[in-house]
Amino acid sequence: MTPIAHSPHAHAANSVSRIMATVMLALVPATLFGFWLYGWPAVYLWAVSLLAAIVGEAAMLKFQQRAVKPALLDGSGVLTAWLLALSLPPWAPWWIAVVGSLFAVIVGKQVFGGLGQNVFNPAMAARVMLLISFPLEMTTWIPPMAQLPGMLDSLAVTFGGQQLDAISSASLLGHVKTEFSRGLDLQQALSGHYAPLQALWGQRSGSLGETSALLILLGGVFLIARSIISWHAPVAMLAGVALPALLMSLIAPDHYAGPLVHLLSGGVMLGAFFIATDPVTSPNTAAGQLVFGLGCGLLTYVIRTWGAYPEGVAFAVMLMNAATPIIDRYVKPRIYGRTRKGETLVVEPAKKDVA
Amino acid sequence: MKLFKLRGGVHPEGRKASSADVTIRSLPLPPQLYVPLQQHVGAPAKPVVRVGEQVLAGQLIGAGQGNISAPVHAPTSGRVVAIGDHPSPHPSGLSAATVTIAPDGEARWFESDVPADPFALAPDDIAARVGAAGIVGLGGATFPSAVKLKLSRKSGVDTLIINGGECEPYLTCDDRIMRERAVEIVTGIRLIQLAVGAQRALVGIEDNKPEALAAMRAAAAGTDVQIRAVPAMYPMGWDKQMIQVLLGREVPAEGRSADIGVLVHNVATAWAVQQTLCLGRPLVSRIVTVSGGAVAAPCNLEVPIGTPVQALFDACGGFNTTPARLVLGGPMMGHQLTHTSVPVVKGSSGVLALTQAEIGLTRPAPCIRCATCVRACPVGLLPLEMAARIRSDDLDAAVTLGLKDCIGCGSCSYVCPSSIPLVHYFNYAKSELMAQARSKLKQEATKKLADERGARMERIAREREEAAAARKAAKAAKDAAAKAASTTEVAA
Repeated sequence: MTPIAHSPHAHAANSVSRIMATVMLALVPATLFGFWLYGWPAVYLWAVSLLAAIVGEAAMLKFQQRAVKPALLDGSGVLTAWLLALSLPPWAPWWIAVVGSLFAVIVGKQVFGGLGQNVFNPAMAARVMLLISFPLEMTTWIPPMAQLPGMLDSLAVTFGGQQLDAISSASLLGHVKTEFSRGLDLQQALSGHYAPLQALWGQRSGSLGETSALLILLGGVFLIARSIISWHAPVAMLAGVALPALLMSLIAPDHYAGPLVHLLSGGVMLGAFFIATDPVTSPNTAAGQLVFGLGCGLLTYVIRTWGAYPEGVAFAVMLMNAATPIIDRYVKPRIYGRTRKGETLVVEPAKKDVA
Repeated sequence: MKLFKLRGGVHPEGRKASSADVTIRSLPLPPQLYVPLQQHVGAPAKPVVRVGEQVLAGQLIGAGQGNISAPVHAPTSGRVVAIGDHPSPHPSGLSAATVTIAPDGEARWFESDVPADPFALAPDDIAARVGAAGIVGLGGATFPSAVKLKLSRKSGVDTLIINGGECEPYLTCDDRIMRERAVEIVTGIRLIQLAVGAQRALVGIEDNKPEALAAMRAAAAGTDVQIRAVPAMYPMGWDKQMIQVLLGREVPAEGRSADIGVLVHNVATAWAVQQTLCLGRPLVSRIVTVSGGAVAAPCNLEVPIGTPVQALFDACGGFNTTPARLVLGGPMMGHQLTHTSVPVVKGSSGVLALTQAEIGLTRPAPCIRCATCVRACPVGLLPLEMAARIRSDDLDAAVTLGLKDCIGCGSCSYVCPSSIPLVHYFNYAKSELMAQARSKLKQEATKKLADERGARMERIAREREEAAAARKAAKAAKDAAAKAASTTEVAA
């Protein structure tokens, strides 16, 4: 006898793998731009990240005696590795990608119980781990070059451990921090290193897929239009960065960079549209997502401005991930027929009049 | 006219086209009609006919019992061949008390008094006639209509809302009845309005039914009845959603719409009211949508109550492919039919034969906390959180999150990308809580009885002891007296 099926007897054409695939599609423009900008080493790094995540997740599932195929096919592991790859220095050695991806899917996700159970965004957890453990490799950037190495020469960059000192450059935020320590003011630090249009389009040194604010924004708007993410967390996060930046730059323009510099540099755009919107580790109400995004933005600004690290998106997101259960506890939708506190609504006699 | 903002809701594929454009057909009488005595919310009706008795169409065969109940009538003339258990259209497939009638094919009607002018009737008289006709909410809730009329008149409603939402996919029975019988419906609406003394009557119809809107507008022209187009979305047919969109008023939790001065009835119920008051016909048939991908020729049928579901599918050309699932009602809230010998009852709005592709469910995957269910919930609940609590058997936490406010509309399950059967969890938890409450009552009653028995036994033992002591004392006194007497005698 077949078991009785419960209603509803219809289902929207929606699935986890479809959501993950749509997010990946939204990442394609920024990723291709990164490949174009930084050449074959970036392609290799991206591929190694994805491969390591797939192998690592499969091994972990096998070890736990859980079904491998459905978990791999949902695409969440690949997406995590993709996001991690986009946040790595494009010419980082292969083992950075492998260690990062394995950490993300194993320690960041499977150890917590797999998809949906992790407290912290796996990609950001891996990025933070790499940044703390391998600071040199994680802060060695290359400038956009006219002459990129060929496909074979690039193998030496990613897999051969070729020294990059000769061509390494600083990211904008790192550069500003270094210049401050040398006693220079903001105008001097920024001169020759920052042009708003360049930053918008993304032709500068930075992480593999974080430099083009415009293309990331494009992907984000696509996801909002497809109802995969809502606007709340991204807008709140951008506001959380921009508002204090505006305030501080008005108070002391010599020392604090303006909102545009902050919004267009580092991982803010990627963080706002692709990390703060991670469903698993963010609050589940619109109001909660506003609080969450605002927290991510403010913390990012605070860490960037007064912390030891030049970039703070990953730390900020992880701190807010930890706060998500509390936000969800206090920010809930009002239930029909009840007040916010859960008490039964009182009928106002005036409402009985025919309008 | 201003419409008010709604929360949540989903937009399932309508799939109404296949049956919406076909005129309602009458179903030929089946060889036997199985009329259950309980087709409504409340106490079951009590049979008032005997096996072998001849009945006429519209004759009372089961009388309503108690305050909340509804009578049932013979759908056609014929002979009562059995009164007993027959499989009921209930998800469990259990049997229920049923009157089986073999039609004689003559469809002779029971003589009933038809008021010369129904609009001259007193409000209480209208309610009484609606009650006697066995009319219940035909939108699917099957709450006895007369009870609602009386309650609403007592608490004083200002607005009558007639629900022409029909938000369930596939179903077009309300759409068809509005297109074909709009004049009768409007008469019914005016009679209900008269019965409850409402100042205005609004009809809410989803804007995906332009023909029904036009027909109703034409029929309502020159009357006080106002026709309103409302956005097509699910669950628009939830009475509270309809009240919200039309009036912007919210019914307090655990309350009724009458608390905020509103009475809601379905369009088909209004038609049934007109049939009773103008023609003297009790509720013995209804319009049923027969649809689904496996049905050869989907359409709407006017079906005598008690007709086996199989006869409906047969009348629509049978199946063109083996159905993956048979459903009674709409796909969002209807339940699965385990077999087709169960009868159509007053609340049956549709019978569907669905293919696997239409059901579209896959194996449940882990929750990714995407909160699509939170956005879909029309009540403002957190389905994912409630389901997580129920999974870990923490029903109290689920209640704190609002489990008892869940209306079971299925919007959350419908949109869940992980195909988690959320409503199934909620309905399980609700019935589990009911079972717990029942067993608690039982335990308390048992404890009370045991305590009483203990007290009684103690009292009996004590009384016995006291009696024994009394006897002993009496005996001792007697002995002492005898002794004293003998001593006296001796002394004397």
